[in-house]
Amino acid sequence: MGLDIAFWILAVIGIAAALTVVLLRNVFRAALSLILCFLTVAGIYATLSADFLAAVQVLIYIGGISVLIILVIMLTREVQRGSPSNKLQFPAFLVAILFLMVVAFALINTPWQVSMLPPLEPTTAALAGKLLGEGGFILPVEIAAVLLLAAILGAIVLVREK
Amino acid sequence: MINNIGLEHYLILSAILFSIGLYGALAKRNAIVILMSIEIMLNAVNIAMVAFSRYITPSLLTGQVFVIFIMVVAAAEAAVGLAIIIAIYRSHDTIETTKIDLMKW
Repeated sequence: MGLDIAFWILAVIGIAAALTVVLLRNVFRAALSLILCFLTVAGIYATLSADFLAAVQVLIYIGGISVLIILVIMLTREVQRGSPSNKLQFPAFLVAILFLMVVAFALINTPWQVSMLPPLEPTTAALAGKLLGEGGFILPVEIAAVLLLAAILGAIVLVREK
Repeated sequence: MINNIGLEHYLILSAILFSIGLYGALAKRNAIVILMSIEIMLNAVNIAMVAFSRYITPSLLTGQVFVIFIMVVAAAEAAVGLAIIIAIYRSHDTIETTKIDLMKW
């Protein structure tokens, strides 16, 4: 019962925050409501008993990516001009609604084989075993490290003064 | 034992968030807002992944591992994308995507 209430509150706040990001003209306020949206997604993870992912969501998205986005908004001084829509506003709206309807139709009509097992809790140790353990995802972890290094180097090269 | 809230609720929430992000990515002029919409879309996909991991295979956690990798790629994408935006702002003095049309014929 508590989970139901938490889900509905988080879902409504999250969708409202995401709509605010898309509809507000002020870029800085849009970034602030993006942070609210990330926070509600972390709450959604918590209701799905993914405790580690909720913490990682707060750390990476709210602590890292949001700060990066706000920093770039400050650097580019686009706040006054705002974020108007382009000529494709109506077709984009149509595409988004069509996509939502198709996906919702497919989701509702698929017979999901929901498992009755209780969720694994806490997930941190199990995730570490999955990522680093025998027969796990150790090669993707290494590749992710290389990808992050390449991304950092690329970002530095792109913004460096000539 | 089983809640009223099920897999479908989470998937519909994920689809709604993805559609909002899709609309923002297609309809906005400001490159930063487009990047923020893409982040919303990635978050929507993550919600779907965690929901599948919770309801279809509760003991395997593979969906959550995928979410961790998506977060890594999203962080790299945000860093490089914002660096590109800063570089474009330096050379063009604007980040409106309708005005950055050097490669448009």
